[in-house]
Amino acid sequence: MRRTFVVAVRAAVLAAVLPLAACGGDDGGASGAAASGAPSGKITVFAAVSLSESFTELGERFEAAHPGTDVAFNFGASSALAQQITQGAPADVFASASAKNMQQVVDAKAAGTPATFARNSMEIAVPPSNPAKIATVADLARPGVKVALCAPEVPCGVVARKVLDNAKVAVTPVTNEADVRATLTKVKLGEVDAGMVYVTDVRAAGAAVTGVEIPDDVNAATDYPIATLTESSNPALAEAFAEYVLSAAGGEVLAAAGFDRL
Amino acid sequence: MAVAFLLLPLAGLMLRAPWRGLPDLLAEPAVREALRVSLVSATLATLFSLLLGVPLAWVLARTSWPGLSVLRALVTLPLVLPPVVGGVALLLALGRRGIAGRYLDAWFGVTLPFTTAGVVVAETFVAMPFLVVTVEGALRSADRGLEEAAATLGSRPLHTFRHVTLPLVAPSLAAGAVLCWARALGEFGATITFAGNFPGTTQTMPLAVYLALERDPDAAIALSLVLLAVSISALVLLRDRWLRAGVAA
Repeated sequence: MRRTFVVAVRAAVLAAVLPLAACGGDDGGASGAAASGAPSGKITVFAAVSLSESFTELGERFEAAHPGTDVAFNFGASSALAQQITQGAPADVFASASAKNMQQVVDAKAAGTPATFARNSMEIAVPPSNPAKIATVADLARPGVKVALCAPEVPCGVVARKVLDNAKVAVTPVTNEADVRATLTKVKLGEVDAGMVYVTDVRAAGAAVTGVEIPDDVNAATDYPIATLTESSNPALAEAFAEYVLSAAGGEVLAAAGFDRL
Repeated sequence: MAVAFLLLPLAGLMLRAPWRGLPDLLAEPAVREALRVSLVSATLATLFSLLLGVPLAWVLARTSWPGLSVLRALVTLPLVLPPVVGGVALLLALGRRGIAGRYLDAWFGVTLPFTTAGVVVAETFVAMPFLVVTVEGALRSADRGLEEAAATLGSRPLHTFRHVTLPLVAPSLAAGAVLCWARALGEFGATITFAGNFPGTTQTMPLAVYLALERDPDAAIALSLVLLAVSISALVLLRDRWLRAGVAA
């Protein structure tokens, strides 16, 4: 009885592990993309989480314009993505929400020359009914108001704190979330009275949150650079996608999502 | 091969550690705060798990109430549930607008998210099943003859439980408690989702490591070493005496 159990466990473990090993073999084929002619094959784009909707759309439009290509995305906090890239994660393009995280990757000689493709400023997100009646940045410092900010390590946290500095408001958040969408989620769930997120996030959330605008004189913005990565297995396609993001067509999609025009 | 697989990451950690800069990295107040939050919440979570889990294990092992197997499945669910799913579930149940949480907030003004209490709740949720499963196993295999003897000698059930049953399963209880404590200490997904992340209140060591990794990898490695040392000491303290006896029971 015990023997059969041990054998069964071993078989189960093997069965679970083997397919994972097989998975790794797939991407080898894609790099055989022709250097001349239409771009083809597959690339993986690491992009800041605030680019989720806009880049997904850009990817779909790019794939439609270039049949036979496959653009896959890995969205996350730019600081986490930069960390993964410098540790050797396989990626072809990096779109960061801050120049600082892009610089980390450039310094590690993992990226080519970056180019800025968008800019994003901050907005206060509150639950639809605005229970704490937040109307200004100063309201965030009222006693009893629960505010979620991004962790100071991630781009959104850096810019949020700049805005608070500009407005000369001292806010102690109840939580420092790991990325901007986690902050937005806390607002959507009603767990906090307000969160400081990007303008594009408020727009992407639709009816799930209400936005409270931050006046231009205290608002802060962050530039989004994009670069192809030196370890890319499909540099031609990576370059083509980066160019598309930087093009006028790409700019339209980004502007529609709420990014500032450069 | 299994040993190599298990030891290789630990070796990597030790080899790449910034041994020279370690004292400076560890002197930062953020490190002490994270360690304090971690140790306090893991210990409280273990205490609650003992208070709630031992009676539950007794019910599962010794009674024949209807629906017991369903209860057992539900209780062991957090064992297999991805922790972050547990965190989401806790939010939906005990968050400010959760199905039970909204009453906590409205009637008592108590909100669990973003408090150390929330961390304890999240950790208890994921770690208690370890204790329950271990203790249930021990109760099942304990020698009932001793308990029956006590009963024939006139001992009342609660007295028997305290003076005969508990000492019988003490090794497994200790082993289960250590497992529970270690699991609570390492909890990440449920904690960050339910309790949030704020230094001094809810930022536990695993959360601190995760965020430090993005800011300063050396600091992350230093924090990881501290956690590793704490975990190893806990294992060493209880290993020979309790774990072996607990497994044999």
